[in-house]
Amino acid sequence: MVGLEHYLGVGAALFVIGVFGLFLNRKNIIILLMSIELMLLSVNINLVAFSTYLGDLVGQVFTLFILTVAAAEAAIGLAILVSFFRNRGTIAVEDVNVMKG
Amino acid sequence: MSVADFAFYILAITTVASGFCTVVSKNPVHSVLWLIASFLGAAGLFVLLGAEFLAMLLIIVYVGAVAVLFLFVVMMLDVDFAELKAGMAQSVPLALLIGVILLLQLGSVIGVWQFSDGAEAARAAITPAIEETHNTMALGQVLYTDYILLFQLAGLILLVAMIGAIVLTLRHRTNVKRQNVVAQMHRDPAQALEMLDVKPGQGL
Repeated sequence: MVGLEHYLGVGAALFVIGVFGLFLNRKNIIILLMSIELMLLSVNINLVAFSTYLGDLVGQVFTLFILTVAAAEAAIGLAILVSFFRNRGTIAVEDVNVMKG
Repeated sequence: MSVADFAFYILAITTVASGFCTVVSKNPVHSVLWLIASFLGAAGLFVLLGAEFLAMLLIIVYVGAVAVLFLFVVMMLDVDFAELKAGMAQSVPLALLIGVILLLQLGSVIGVWQFSDGAEAARAAITPAIEETHNTMALGQVLYTDYILLFQLAGLILLVAMIGAIVLTLRHRTNVKRQNVVAQMHRDPAQALEMLDVKPGQGL
């Protein structure tokens, strides 16, 4: 019988893969954004699993909001990426130093 | 092993393996396709958990919109990805170290936690029985009543994101001919036409 822990295991594995991807592809900002999407997905899996096994719908409601924010974040991130590429001709993260941050 | 268990293991392996291929794949286009596979696996897991509405939403929003957006950007930008991948080998040890530490930390929790005694009583919106209402209706009854403000704010976030994305990527090319409607409407025969009296046998 598949229990809550199985789903939490999947969520944890996916989250770790997301963090792993963040550190692995430090130069490629497109893969960085995809890793962030993976981490958000793992959080969604956790929330839905708890929601089901506890019998509380609020987890699914919050998953809905995370989905919204993730979609908005991806859209804005990619728009920034496109306009940055137009100005500089590269998307290497190291070259993002205009503001000397 | 029941069918549901079998489906869980298939979907879980799909999700995790596709997620792993997403981050290690050499070609970004393959990464996006693996990401889509991962989302589809997660949608299957949501169906198994009884959250059908979110599963369909995941397919429509993530696979249909976000992943296609990624695909467009990856294919549109003329980036030398081989150059970006060059430094990947030297960041493997650090990434592995952090991944293993995080995995150990998360794994150490598994099996030793339990719901607190008050957890059942603290539920804010108890899931109605599946015979009463299906998942979509139950979600709507919570979302449009208790969470109406957050729901509207989520819509506002999407609006702001949409306007922001348009503003960021809109550009006016200077040497492109465009239609100027106002100038067209203000043209009159007095400015546009010149009447000439051409004599026979002569040109202009």
